This record gives sequence, C-alpha cells and structure tokens, in this order.
Amino acid sequence: MVTVETEPVVKPKQPMREKGPYWEKFEQYAKIAEDPAWVRVARQAGISHFVELGFPTSKDEDWRFTNVAPITKLPFKPVLEPTRDSVTAKALNHFTFAGLAGSKLVFVDGHFAPEFSSTAKLPEGVKAISLAEAIAKDLAQVEQHLFRYARSDTSAFTALNTAFFKDGAFIYVPAGQTVSGPILLLYVSTAKEDGATVHVRNLIVAERSSLVTIVESYVSLSEAAYFTNSVTELVVGDNAVVEHLKLQVESQRAFHIATVEAHFDRASNVVIHSIALGAKLSRTNIHAHLAGQGLECILNGLYLTRSEQLADHYMIVEHAQPHCASHEYFNGILADKSKGVFHGRILVCPGAQKTDAKQTNKNLLLSDDATANSKPQLEIYADDVKCTHGATIGQLNDESIFYLRARGIGLETARRMLIHAFAGEIIDRVRCKAVREELDKLVWDRLEQNEKVTVNKWSYV
Amino acid sequence: MPPPILAIQNLSAGVEGRQILKGINLTIRPGEVHAVMGPNGSGKSTLASILAGRDGYNITGGEVIYCGRDLLALAAEDRAREGVFLAFQYPVEIPGVNSTYFLKAAYNEIRKHHGKPELDAMEFLTFVKDKMKILDVPEDFLKRPVNHGFSGGEKKRNEIFQMAVLEPKLAILDETDSGLDIDAIKIVATGVNRLKRADNAQLVITHYQRLLNIIVPDYVHVLMDGRIVRTGGKELALELEENGYESIIQGAAAPV
Repeated sequence: MVTVETEPVVKPKQPMREKGPYWEKFEQYAKIAEDPAWVRVARQAGISHFVELGFPTSKDEDWRFTNVAPITKLPFKPVLEPTRDSVTAKALNHFTFAGLAGSKLVFVDGHFAPEFSSTAKLPEGVKAISLAEAIAKDLAQVEQHLFRYARSDTSAFTALNTAFFKDGAFIYVPAGQTVSGPILLLYVSTAKEDGATVHVRNLIVAERSSLVTIVESYVSLSEAAYFTNSVTELVVGDNAVVEHLKLQVESQRAFHIATVEAHFDRASNVVIHSIALGAKLSRTNIHAHLAGQGLECILNGLYLTRSEQLADHYMIVEHAQPHCASHEYFNGILADKSKGVFHGRILVCPGAQKTDAKQTNKNLLLSDDATANSKPQLEIYADDVKCTHGATIGQLNDESIFYLRARGIGLETARRMLIHAFAGEIIDRVRCKAVREELDKLVWDRLEQNEKVTVNKWSYV
Repeated sequence: MPPPILAIQNLSAGVEGRQILKGINLTIRPGEVHAVMGPNGSGKSTLASILAGRDGYNITGGEVIYCGRDLLALAAEDRAREGVFLAFQYPVEIPGVNSTYFLKAAYNEIRKHHGKPELDAMEFLTFVKDKMKILDVPEDFLKRPVNHGFSGGEKKRNEIFQMAVLEPKLAILDETDSGLDIDAIKIVATGVNRLKRADNAQLVITHYQRLLNIIVPDYVHVLMDGRIVRTGGKELALELEENGYESIIQGAAAPV
C-alpha cells in the first residue's frame, strides 16, 4: 500500500508538549484557515518549532535582561475573527500619522479593515494590500519571499507568528518605481480581554532601484493586557532606497514583541527606525542582513519608558559582503522605575572587508530607580574593517545646562530642552519630513507628561 | 563719572577648600573695555565663571555689585537676563537643539524678564538676520544644532554672534582667542568691536596680547595667583608680551 503525503509535516522533537494550549489552538485554527499548501506547510512548521523551542527564559543569553514570563502566563487567546465594530474613523483620526497624505492600510486586531484604508493613487505596479488577500490571490512575489527571511526554527515568537498570523500588509514596489508619500500601516488593538493575542505579519518588497517610505504604527484603543506579536520581512533590492519606521504606542498594560527581518541587496540605502513609547513590556528585534556589496544602512531608535515599563531592542547587523556601512543609533530616556535594554550584535562575516560598522547606545536616566542595560557584541571574521561601539548611561550634562542658563534660559526649561534634544538626535534622522514632524510632536507631548512640570512651551521656528 | 556696571570688591573664592581668588578688586564703567591677563592657573577663568554664575565655587569673602545689585545672589539665568554674558572658553555642543530655536528661547526669556512682548518666529528671524549681516555669520549657523560639529573658530564666532543677538550690558570673553589662528582671531575680535557701545562694557580675559591688538582695552589688569598685581593702560599688555609675566612678579614683589 502506498500512502501519498501531500504536505510534509515537521514532527516536533518533544511530542509531550504538543497537547499544550498553543498546539490545541493551532489545530482549531488550521481547520478554519483557507491557505494554499505552501502556507499551511509553513504554519505547521511554525507551531512545531514553537512547541520545540518554547518561550525563551532569562537563562537564554539573548533574553537575559527581559523576562517574558508575564507573556507566557497570559491566557493565550489568538484573535481569529474580525472585531472591528468598536472602531470608528473618528477614533482613528486621533492617532499620530493619521494626517499623513498617502496610502493607508488599517488593521484592527490583526484583521484588515478596508473601510478605514485608502490605497488609491499608487504608481503603476505598486501594491499595498492585505497579506491575506495577496496570499489568496497567490501572487508570485508573495510565495517568492514570504517566510524566506524570518526563521521559525530559531525564534519562538517568529514561529508562533508564522503558525497563527491572520493578516498584515503586503507592500510591493516594482523595479524603478518611486512611491512619493509614506505608506502608513496602522495596527489598532481593541482587545477587551487579557491575553488577546494578535499576530501581525507583513511582507515588504522593494525591488531594484525603487524608492518607498513605510510607517508601521502600533496603537491601542484598549486597556487590556493584550499581546501583539508582529513579524515584518523587509526585502530591499539592488540600488533601492527604503525608509522604514516602526512606532510602538501600545497600551500601558500590553505586551509587544516585534521582529523585523531585513534583507538588503547591493548598493541599497535603507533606514530603519524603531520608536518605542508604549507597552508594559516591548521587545523589537531587528535583523539586518547586508547581503550585497556597497550598501548603507542605518538603524535608528528611540525608547521612552516610565513607571514600570520595559523597552528592549535587540539588533543583529550581519555584514555578509564587503564595502558596506551600517550605523546604529539608539537613545533611551528612562523615567521612574522603568528599564531600557539594548543589545547590539555586529557580525562581520569572512570576506566582508572594508566594513564600516558603527554603533552607539545612549541612555538618559531621569530617576535613580530607572535601569539601563546595554550590551554590544562584536564578532569579526574579516581583517580590514572598522567597527566601533559606544554606550553611555547617565544624567543630563551639567555643562550643557549651565551653557543654556548662561544665555538666560531657566533651569527647568534647560533640562527640558536637553531631554528633548536627546530625543531629537534620533528624530532628526527621519528623512520623511511629514513623518518626522508628527513624530516630533508625539515625543514632545510624551516628554511633557513625563516631566509633570508646567513651563511655557516654545515652538520651533 | 557714570556709576559702574560692575564693582568687584575684595572677592575671594575657591573650589573644594582650595583658594583661587584672593581678594580681587575691579571696577568697570559703561563704555570701558577691560582686559584681565595672567598666566595659566592664575584664576582668570574662575573669575569669569563666578561672574556668570557657574555652580561649584565657594565665595569666601567680598562682593560683586552689578548695576547696583548683588550679582552673586542671582541665579545664572537671572544674571544673563539682567545683561551679563559669558562667551565661553569651550562652547558646549548641544546636538539636537536647533540654533534658531535656542537663540529665540534665550532672547525671549530676556525680553520677558524686562516686561517686553516676545518676538514670534518671523519677527525673530528678521531681527537675527540683521545681526548676522553685522558679523558676517554664515546663514547655516541658524540651521545647525548649537555648536554641533562646529570648528573651533566657528564655535567662538557663534559665541560672539549670540552676544550680538542678546545685547548684553556686560560681556565677559573668556579666552575667546584660545585655539584660534590669526585670521579667526581677527574675525572674532572685529565682531566684538562692532558690539561696543557707550552704555555697555567688555571684560576680556586672555593669556596673550595678540587679541588686544584688535580689541583695544582701556585698562589691563594682571592677575597672578588670585590677585590683581598690576593695572595699567593698553601699553601694559605690550610690556607683558615683551618681558613675560616673570618681570611683573618681580615688579609686584618690590616695594613701590
């Protein structure tokens, strides 16, 4: 007798764990999901890897400073049905970037909401659609790229995302095309119960010599302890210019884990920004794979934490080819009992000569109880490279304060000016003016709340 | 004679138990330019810092009267608002703070202090552009973050530019010539001269005489080991250049 297996199944190494709630939920979900075979295979592999890997613990070197136990203790309730009845266009208008001119894709609890989205006026061949739609249409570019960069076998969260994602954005910019305005991807959480979990999956493909700016914004209308677990695969072709910004303003009780798996080809120019303001616990993993020669990338981040928030950034910059430059700039402003974590790994592969890799992480502590952990990690297997890293943790510079006071600016105003400037160093690197201005306003408002002091507000000239 | 802008009487001060100024007396009247010269470690920069209100110094004796008020009782920002300006020896780089924004904030703080309405962005730009013309300051100074990435000469020029905008009654120039080549000194010093008026005064602190070829002082004071050991006219600076500070020490030690 011959049995034909139409779909390969990856068997978990620890079958005992497969009866866990995640596996059970997956089996239920697998029944209702109407995916093509290649997606089903990836999902199956995802749940298997997840069960095998389990959630990371603080014994895991990559998670030493960030304990995800609060996430593992949540009841796991993946949001598998649309729940957008509680959202109005008016409510969405209050969010940062709502006023951006350009295309907008809105997702409510991980489900595409076409009634709030607008993608008209895109240049010929450019696609900005829901990933679920792209999969349903079996678009060639999706199958070509999806799951190729974000690996389930090494990351439990990516594995979980792959198993459970409902939707997200698919952005495709064909060779030579320029998208003038930013494309906004807005992810709104309306979770009503603790443990509601949304797995957002995005695929962004900018083909050779294209140009595009993409903003991922994670916001909330909820006060629940929900969990966002997003994965973005970003593929940048030869000579393409891409600006990608991720803004995280989740609710103060929420958990947010995001992974950006980025693949850059020859002579491309990419800036990835990560701005973390919200969530009780957030972790952003950015893995930049510099796969072509002579390219430049900037990873630029800002985290503002207060009360007992934790914001973690975990960077891997992998120089696989010669003559590439990568610059990482991460600033944290930490108030109250909050905590900022930065982990920056630079890997220079054999043969990646003339690499120019630079990394700085600066932390400003606004309280004696705030904590910053900074961990640079350089692994260099080539002998003609320039790699630098630097980390600082400290208070405001007295000499700078005196300089401002000596010009007539009061102590409290001087303090605020310097704190804002510290954030401004990062914000100024945002190339798209409209995005930069909205972001600046948001961060400014947030810093005002932090300080709890009333001082006249100045405006930029 | 008009009342003095600044009257320093028997000022003694130190840092962490170490005495640096040991009884300084100095009176500056409107329209005057005073130079304080002295070797390294004589207390020149300490004097400038104390006048501007830098923290960390213990005043152990004497007083400083500025326009009839006790200067040392004022916070640094209030001194600036009252018209005291310190051109820093080492201007501080403040990345992330736009120069125009910074200058406008400072300028408006001073106006508010004097009960004048604040200038809005457009009014301020018009005002500031006039000042730039006077000092030949390149336009991009305004667009860059404060002193960030500036060369040594640009930083010093920026100090003088700020002085032009804030229009102080008493400008204290702390080693404004240090680290500058001769062309840069000329630019900076010429700028300072253009800001001289009958109702303001300048206190120029320097190690070398060369700055005083352009900013010609009415009085030169020699500061050594925390005391003013000699006061004279501009020719004293030339004498110092010629004979060095050693000759002054001997001269000062000898009974008159």
